Amino acid sequence: MSISTQENLVEADVIAKVLAKGRATGAEFSEIYIEDKRSTSAGLDDGKVEQVTSGRDRGAGIRVVAGETTGFAHTSDLSERGLLVAAEAAAAAARQGDGGVHKIALQPLLRHPVNTVRIAPNEVPKASKVALLNRANAAARSIDGAIVQVSAAYGDSYKRILVANSDGVFSADDQVRTLFRVSVVATGDAGMQTGYDSLGHTIGFEVFDENDVEEMAIRAAKQAIVKLQARPAPSGSLPVVIKQGSGGVLFHEACGHGLEADLVGKGASVYRGKMGELVASPLVTLIDDGTMSGEWGAIGIDDEGHPSQRNVLIENGILTDYMWDFLRARKENRRQSGNGRRQSYADLPMVRMTNTFVTNGTEDPDDIVRATEHGVYVAKLGGGSVDTASGDFVFGMVEAYLIENGEITEPLRESNLIGNGPQVLKDIDLLGNDFAMGNPGMCGKDGQGVPVGDGQPTLRVKAMTIGGTAA
Amino acid sequence: MSNGSGNSSSNNVPDLQAIVDRVVAKASKGEQIEAYVSRGGETAVRVYEGEVEHFVSAQSEGIGIRVIKDGRTGFAYAGTLDADAIAEVLADARDNVAFGTPDEYAGLAELDGVAQIPQKFWDDELAAYATADKISLTKELEKLTLGMDSRVRVEESNYDDGWGEVAVATTTGIRESGRGNSCYVSVSTLADDGDETQTGFSFSVGDSPKEFNLPKAAREAADRATRLLGAVKPPSKRTTVVLDPYVTSQFLGVLSSTLNGENVSKGRSFFADKLGEKVADPRITLVDDPTNPLAYTATDIDGEGLAARRNVLIENGVLKMFVQSSYSARRTGTKSTGNATRGGFAGTPGVGCLAMQLQPGTQSQEELIKGVDDGVWIQMVQGLHSGVNPISGDFSTGASGMMIRNGAVAEPVREFTIASTLQRMLLDIVAIGGDIDWLPSRAVGLTLVIRDVTMSGQ
Repeated sequence: MSISTQENLVEADVIAKVLAKGRATGAEFSEIYIEDKRSTSAGLDDGKVEQVTSGRDRGAGIRVVAGETTGFAHTSDLSERGLLVAAEAAAAAARQGDGGVHKIALQPLLRHPVNTVRIAPNEVPKASKVALLNRANAAARSIDGAIVQVSAAYGDSYKRILVANSDGVFSADDQVRTLFRVSVVATGDAGMQTGYDSLGHTIGFEVFDENDVEEMAIRAAKQAIVKLQARPAPSGSLPVVIKQGSGGVLFHEACGHGLEADLVGKGASVYRGKMGELVASPLVTLIDDGTMSGEWGAIGIDDEGHPSQRNVLIENGILTDYMWDFLRARKENRRQSGNGRRQSYADLPMVRMTNTFVTNGTEDPDDIVRATEHGVYVAKLGGGSVDTASGDFVFGMVEAYLIENGEITEPLRESNLIGNGPQVLKDIDLLGNDFAMGNPGMCGKDGQGVPVGDGQPTLRVKAMTIGGTAA
Repeated sequence: MSNGSGNSSSNNVPDLQAIVDRVVAKASKGEQIEAYVSRGGETAVRVYEGEVEHFVSAQSEGIGIRVIKDGRTGFAYAGTLDADAIAEVLADARDNVAFGTPDEYAGLAELDGVAQIPQKFWDDELAAYATADKISLTKELEKLTLGMDSRVRVEESNYDDGWGEVAVATTTGIRESGRGNSCYVSVSTLADDGDETQTGFSFSVGDSPKEFNLPKAAREAADRATRLLGAVKPPSKRTTVVLDPYVTSQFLGVLSSTLNGENVSKGRSFFADKLGEKVADPRITLVDDPTNPLAYTATDIDGEGLAARRNVLIENGVLKMFVQSSYSARRTGTKSTGNATRGGFAGTPGVGCLAMQLQPGTQSQEELIKGVDDGVWIQMVQGLHSGVNPISGDFSTGASGMMIRNGAVAEPVREFTIASTLQRMLLDIVAIGGDIDWLPSRAVGLTLVIRDVTMSGQ
């Protein structure tokens, strides 16, 4: 399979020279991140395959650390000369001065595949990719005449990375991602409504053996149709039950970002100084796991060359650890946790999540609904965002229903929910036994997007503010 | 080009123009080709606790090639201008053509005779600005901010600048190139009171660093955070909201997709059948005008290389027109309004507003607040991407700000939402401020007062 080529992106002796150059002005650390990414995407809209796109992104980012200062430069020129010029720029950015000669001893190259890829997307004919789009389009439109518009997108990428640093780290990873999404518009007496479904994994085209794009399209179509009858969401505080695999974004926002050590270190997290304390309901165990085979946020190594890890962040409600990158771990004199990630070679790494999820509880999910007299059932959450310093966060509900007398009843129009992270974590009073991972996410921080996964069993939050308009 | 830079014929980039010309010259019979290249650089300085936390100095370049044949479109790009890579990109784009569905409206823009309005996009002073001065400016902003209030900490103080050059050529005769540069500073703050921490931010933009107003940015960033200390969750009720200029800018940005001609023709805009009808309060006149040099996103050409122009979208509350690219115009039997957008070399043109401006009123924000008996002054919204659906019109966002009672600013409030629908909010606008703020955004800021919005809290 062409995807597992062992050829290095840049030869080891060149890398050693570049790292030495990076330290030439006296910096104590230098790092090179090399990326070669090929991607294919195809989009369908209004019944037509609009275009197939082929992309190539290739380059290197060089980071030099001197004291508290990081210098960074990047280049798309992977020749020895190009890399040395970038290393010199990064070194100059980090410090002016002289530091003498450095010799870099690289460890043998380590490869860390996160999972196997059975059908490399780059070996699949483009026609097969395009066929998925047409099938999804036809399936969504077959559901109901109220479906007036369908768009679908297919995307795959094959990214080879190589990371080396002056401490001797020398690692490589081949990262494959395959993505499919479908959105529909339905129209009815009360205007238009939308439906959406997506899937994304770190495996190849075999993902479509187990996931039927027609079923996805039908789910999206049904969601839009159901919402045509939706009434305005309530305004005010109510119990909220969140369906398995649809609400991991709640934890991503309510505490995930707040547990990133760079934000904690600057005192910009509501979870600073809370290590060892009860920060959530004892039902909650929260894990960030970059090793989850095939999941959207899985990585063999992080973008600083360290193998991904499974990190327990909250155990039975008690805060056990933050997530760490190289710089923050160095400052605190501890090990990094495999959470140093970046969008591309043109970006500096920082602390990022991978796959973040809450483990199973014991309740039957149906009992959780039955135990709720009056509330909201969220079948699908959308995106969210958080102010980590205050802990206030929002997330959107894309498909939701009223719960009346322990039963799921009428569909609700879209709205945001708002809560305060520490309060919501404590207010989780019922946790199901039906854990599932959710849709692929793209997490934005400081202008950089990285793929992340999330998951949770069905759960209930005792009270959250629902931002609808109905009294 | 984004970030306030754009193209100007007096500002050509011959070597990039030569690259795209060469690609287009390779077109065979019956084949339309568009080549778009860009090259740019950035400097980013971040200061924390008096030290440079990071200094980024980087350059990038790339090419995107679109090929259209028999109504089918193929596209490819690469983040390099290496000759071999360009040949590969052209080959990939040609290969991709076979997989598109024939579309009678597919095609490149045609020259339409509309003249470009020259503007200044390049500042020599910025281009020559010394690295050491960029660093000291960033340190100065941090120091000024810390000096505003003893409860304030600075999470980060940033200086960012960028320069860019682009060139585009097509087999339909479009040939444009140009360059631009821009810069801004920004600061993020934290304010503490016991266990409570609130956040603030601010920025300052200018053609060159000498136009920055650092004391004003420092004041705003400190005030935004300290003002919210002690904030409570308000009760739920229907009320009047006073949107800060920054929030209004975000609100207008959401409206952009409803005025997009492609969305209209594909049934994704609730404005589709509303041309000529009243869709907003008669006080509302909304224009898209990238030819206004005050706009941060001012430009002289659009993403397809046609002249940018002033378009009146809503006039005295009546919907007048939608914005179009050449593709959406062909679909709808109209003409391009010079509103093709482009996210760089890695994408094909879309449609969108380029520089939205609301015709200002005359009152200051203070005067507008005085006119509100019972309401809330919205300083920040959160979750516009997750709680606003521009297709259905549902609008719900998290918010923080200050209560207004009898025309006076009262206690701070947070952890609540404001909700309505976009359709209703446009009709429910009751006052427009005269306090125009040319924010670094595609839409201008000014204070906007909207009645009958649902506030959800306790």
